[in-house]
Amino acid sequence: MALPSYTETRYRIWHYIYLAICTAIFIYLIAPLFVIFPLSFSHDEFLIFSEEMKRLDPDGFSTRWYKDMVWGTKNPWGLAAKNSLFIAFFATIGSVLIGTLAAVGLSSRYMPYKGIIMAILISPMIVPLIISGVAIFFFMAKVGLAATYKGIILAHIILGTPFVVITVTATLSGFDHSVTRAAASLGSAPINTFMKITLPLILPGVISGALFAFVTSFDEVVVVLFLAGLENTTIPIQMWVGLREQLSPTILAVATCLIIMSTLILVSAELLRRRSERLRGIKLHN
Amino acid sequence: METETKQILTSDGVPLEQSLKKAERKNKIKAFLLVAPLLLFLLITYISPIAEMFTRSVDDKMVTNMLPKTFKAMENWDGQELPPEEVFASFLFDYTTLIKAKTQGKLDQRLNKEKNGFSSILKKLKRKIMQQKLHTKSMKKFEEGNYKEQIISVHKRFGDVAYWRAIKRTAPPYSIGKYLKAVDMVKDQNGNIVKVEESRRIYVQLWLRTLEVAFFVTLLCFLMGYPIAHLLATIPMKYSNLLMICVLLPFWTSLLVRTASWMILLQQQGVVNDFFVMTGLVADDNRPEMMYNKVGTYVAMSQILLPFMVLPLYSVMKTVSPSLMRAGKSLGGTPFVSFWKIYFPLTTSGIGAGSLLVFIIAAGYYITPELVGGASGKLISNSIAYHMKQTLDWSFASAMGLMLLTGVMVVYWIYNKIVGIDNIKLG
Repeated sequence: MALPSYTETRYRIWHYIYLAICTAIFIYLIAPLFVIFPLSFSHDEFLIFSEEMKRLDPDGFSTRWYKDMVWGTKNPWGLAAKNSLFIAFFATIGSVLIGTLAAVGLSSRYMPYKGIIMAILISPMIVPLIISGVAIFFFMAKVGLAATYKGIILAHIILGTPFVVITVTATLSGFDHSVTRAAASLGSAPINTFMKITLPLILPGVISGALFAFVTSFDEVVVVLFLAGLENTTIPIQMWVGLREQLSPTILAVATCLIIMSTLILVSAELLRRRSERLRGIKLHN
Repeated sequence: METETKQILTSDGVPLEQSLKKAERKNKIKAFLLVAPLLLFLLITYISPIAEMFTRSVDDKMVTNMLPKTFKAMENWDGQELPPEEVFASFLFDYTTLIKAKTQGKLDQRLNKEKNGFSSILKKLKRKIMQQKLHTKSMKKFEEGNYKEQIISVHKRFGDVAYWRAIKRTAPPYSIGKYLKAVDMVKDQNGNIVKVEESRRIYVQLWLRTLEVAFFVTLLCFLMGYPIAHLLATIPMKYSNLLMICVLLPFWTSLLVRTASWMILLQQQGVVNDFFVMTGLVADDNRPEMMYNKVGTYVAMSQILLPFMVLPLYSVMKTVSPSLMRAGKSLGGTPFVSFWKIYFPLTTSGIGAGSLLVFIIAAGYYITPELVGGASGKLISNSIAYHMKQTLDWSFASAMGLMLLTGVMVVYWIYNKIVGIDNIKLG
């Protein structure tokens, strides 16, 4: 951001102070993520930068914690990863299916009581997680689904759908309904119209909702803490236990993998957002 | 003069208005059917359990269920003088049943809360009943008839009407006792609501701390979020896209990963302390404790919630035209004045949205305070989890949860008035 040439010196100084403050805040935001990388390659089991590491001595580094993560006998990371992926996969599918349907209904201009229904549908996002956890636990215990995969998947569907509803509704808000009417006038059945016309157009919204639902499930710990039994442990639960008991570098190895994963998800979410804007942009040029 | 409006008919001969209404109703039903699966699913698995938390939190049927005959007998007792013989007999019967089922302990505890010293005389009664069962000769057994006198002979306090009134007080199936406990109050023996002893007051402090942490985290997020949102909104797109990653990457990264990195940074031998020592701010042997206290909670929570402040602020600031600031300057305002009088007022809706969002999330935060908060950084949500898992006092956890929920709902209602639910944007 270049300053105009007529800027007075004191404002110039102030401007640079402002930039310095912003830089510091950006460092505060992003640096904590980067401290994990080097430490996960540490040779020691203490979570501090050893003298060797500060000298960049190769002896200070090793991949032993990554080996421990994959092959370690004590660490149930493999089981946890399998469980997490399994739960997140089905929770995402469930959330996307009923969330997209609901979003399509909500975006119809004939929908009655829109405000109150929208409030109910996105309530799991607003209610503090701890309260959701207690409520969902009471329900699952009553119907006998506590400490089962089914129960956890259902719980994650509850928590994931608001994101799908919001992203799909947002995509549909710019949706040109004349295209579906055109399809209907040409004799297409409603379901056919939805699959061939509506869905491809709102797909970016659906996928980004799916990403949110996936991340929500994959990262969720509060509700799972109430619901999970010993055998349905997940990655967040393992991390939670590890962080509470002893911070081992293996956790940092897992954390590094998770950061790489979230970077990939961020990039795809960003690409989807741009594609969605482009798709909607076409409509505006009509 | 006669005005006759000719009804417009559709091709089937049905009036158009009627036909249109029918079509609209059909569309309404169609739209509703699409929403119905999710709505029903949430109502059953989510909304109704939250409502159930309420019945759980006020439920007080325990004593009534444990002493069914006694309460039946007490129906006709006015509570003025000692209850009639019938009550004593039923009480002895109910209590003997409880002893056989070995569940009398809970009753003792509950009644002792209602009236101090109840537990000890009940224990005496228990001993007497047990001896009767064992047929030991050392003590006189209960004999048929005149139970009133016999029970009073076990302990003279059974002859004090206050104890019987205490039992009668537990008769209503609902009580607000758990809510009173959550604000350090209690119903005393005369039924007045009073504060608990000074040494046992913990919850009011916990609520205040939750408010304090949520408030200061919101303030910190605002102070840090405003400048960077402004920077992101004013620099050219190609730079802002890059810098946006710094905001979005933490947003997408696992909460536990971010908390873990703060635990590493803030520990005594951690990077932040190393930095302080290196710059000479603190002595090597005098490294400050930055984790397991409120400092840790503030530092970690502010970083974790900062994206929730930046994103709404950014989307509002994007809409403020830069020419407004130039106009302000050209009319003679200094940069500070034009910022304060023009730019800032235009971004208040973003400030409101971001602050309320951060406040709502912070007030119900659980994970980070639990891991880095230590004893002095714990919030109300940690206490809810504690009572759910450790003490198993689920009705108390429900009561606190609902109080927290009510608070959040009020803030959310304000949020909805200012921003509108439909305008929540993600990413």
